[in-house]
Amino acid sequence: MKQFLSFLQKEFYHIFRDLRTTLIMIVIPIVLVVLFGYAITTEIKNARFVVLDQSRDVTTRHLIDRLDANAYFDFYKQVENFDEIETLFRQNKIKMAVVFPPDFSKNREIKTEIQLLADASDPNESTVLIEYATSIFQSELRRNSDFTSVGIVPVVRLLYNPQMKDAYNFVPGVMGMILILICSLMTSVGIVREKEYGSMEVLLVSPLKSVYIILAKATPYLLISFVNILLILGLSYFLLDVPIVGSLWVVIFLSLVYALVALSLGLLISTIANTQQSAMLICGMALMLPVILLSGMIFPIENMPWILQVLSNLIPARWYIVALRDVMIKGLGIIDILPELTILLLMTFFLILLSVKRFKTRLE
Amino acid sequence: MMNKLRILRFLLEKEFKQIKRDSLLLRLMIFIPLLQLIVLPFAANFEMKNINLAIVDNDHSPISTRLTDKIRSSAYFNVAVEQKSYESALFFMQKNKADIIVEYPSRMENKLVREGKASLSLTANAVNATKAGLGSAYLATIIRQYNLDLTSVGKTSSVQVKSMYLYNPYLDYKAYMVPGILAFLLTLVGGFLSALNIVGEKEKGTIEQINVTPVPKSLFLLSKLIPFWVLGLFILTLGLLLSWIIYGFVPVGRLWVIYLFAALYLIALTGLGLAVSSISSTQQQAMFTMFFCNMLFALLSGLFTPISSMPGWAQTITLFNPVRYFVEVMRMIYLKGSSFSDITGYFLIVCLFLVLFNTFAVIGYRKKS
Repeated sequence: MKQFLSFLQKEFYHIFRDLRTTLIMIVIPIVLVVLFGYAITTEIKNARFVVLDQSRDVTTRHLIDRLDANAYFDFYKQVENFDEIETLFRQNKIKMAVVFPPDFSKNREIKTEIQLLADASDPNESTVLIEYATSIFQSELRRNSDFTSVGIVPVVRLLYNPQMKDAYNFVPGVMGMILILICSLMTSVGIVREKEYGSMEVLLVSPLKSVYIILAKATPYLLISFVNILLILGLSYFLLDVPIVGSLWVVIFLSLVYALVALSLGLLISTIANTQQSAMLICGMALMLPVILLSGMIFPIENMPWILQVLSNLIPARWYIVALRDVMIKGLGIIDILPELTILLLMTFFLILLSVKRFKTRLE
Repeated sequence: MMNKLRILRFLLEKEFKQIKRDSLLLRLMIFIPLLQLIVLPFAANFEMKNINLAIVDNDHSPISTRLTDKIRSSAYFNVAVEQKSYESALFFMQKNKADIIVEYPSRMENKLVREGKASLSLTANAVNATKAGLGSAYLATIIRQYNLDLTSVGKTSSVQVKSMYLYNPYLDYKAYMVPGILAFLLTLVGGFLSALNIVGEKEKGTIEQINVTPVPKSLFLLSKLIPFWVLGLFILTLGLLLSWIIYGFVPVGRLWVIYLFAALYLIALTGLGLAVSSISSTQQQAMFTMFFCNMLFALLSGLFTPISSMPGWAQTITLFNPVRYFVEVMRMIYLKGSSFSDITGYFLIVCLFLVLFNTFAVIGYRKKS
């Protein structure tokens, strides 16, 4: 035990002496939470539009004012011809253009049209812009005529996340990513570095059991990731008002199980890679990227082609994120996330088995 | 001058040999970006076409049935499962099988005929806010269209609002993502790999040998920069070809504008990588610093979410993000065919970054420890 403790001390020295890396490890979760909480949204606002107004009468001016008053839109300027619109689009200055035909007011009782041109480079944004502009114009025109509105009115209710905060979606995702980053990447690079320096040999001939060597390597990172879990939860709770509807203990337990999976992944990689660079590249390619892309953290899994959906089942983060969302936001209990927990535990078992096997063959 | 060129040639020979001999690294360097180009556009898809619906029809009237048919035939929704009651639909949603519940109240048709107005309720699972928002917006459009159909028997609106989607008429999300991803790939090659380079020599101790030679430091940095520049342009070419072969995307604008911009951009980013490399003492540290920078760059580049949606302070930060400009330029040239004169401002900015980052690199690299 005493041997193990002094070994642990050595590992802590290793980590804390590299002040910059330690700092980044602590700062990354904070920055991610703030960015995702405040900056990364798909909510559209202040989209700039120009107007090619060939009638310049009371109605068109009124319609432009109405559009400008909406939070989605920002009036940029009046233009004189279509070429000008085209140039502004190509210079990325505007997102939409509105074209009124000549004699709009005079013809509006007979037949006329408004043209909306949107820069569809970003399909989602342009769809929403067109949709909003159309409904603003239509309701405005209808109000001015004797056209009474008839029909079915949809009443929208938003469950679980009434303010439509993206935070509810990404906080679990950020936790999934941070734990992989610290537990897998740092652990594997830490072990491989000893290999590269040659100090691994020294450790292996010491009387300490190899299990303890690995444990001592993993413990500091596990501790740091635990601090990070609390940091993210605290920040999202107090800063972003993301509720923890379910039990906090279940959240922590689930996160620890996931951290174990991440650690065992790191171990496996350290038995495969021989240089730090390849360990990093393998971690980056085989872990980070799939976690970001295929876990459903940013991009919905249902949108992917089936082959990627199948692949996403192999990503531990996917199961973790689903279970975490269920507990944190929907308030489900531990019984409801048993399938996810079982899968994560099975993954840990399998990964450790595999790396122990590889570790032994390396010693021979 | 001739002498300097000769030194540079030898240094370059060394660098290229080193890259060539590390076959794993070389393969990873080419393989990873290409894999990303193949996988990313499919994964990074915000296209909301697979929204699942649960429909609770308490009305069972011709009006509600026809509206259901209309919703079903829309391309946006994946499946629309009928549920007996709101409770069972809610349970269905909790299992993540439905994103939105459409509930027709009983006697909806009756009310509609008598009062000319009726309401139906849409309940969206807003855990995924984008999906909930877009999904209910789509439904609202369908319902509005349906209302027009219902009323058009009597009157038609005399003003038509016509919309046109320019530059990407089929609203293909991949057409938006592929140019952006190409830009990000070059960022990874230029910035990430170069950051591991100098510090790798430091860790191995081989940098001492360079430091005792009379090779000037700018020349040494140049020899580190050129291989990544060549590699980057090579990957760009491969990426352009692949996006043509796999996705059928060809830039509308001129190729030379893309290459010119990419060439300048790569020098800038490699400079940043080298600067980070020379102020780091271990590869782990360099990698982590670069990872941190790249993460910020990627999230604040507008690659995934529009910059115009960000709050003011975040938009100000994006002004100092080189990736932002490259992503924008790639999309502009690819989709809109912007010409050199349309984007001269962007060229000026990338040149500023180039000078800035490379100055950092030269200052940061010290021959004496």
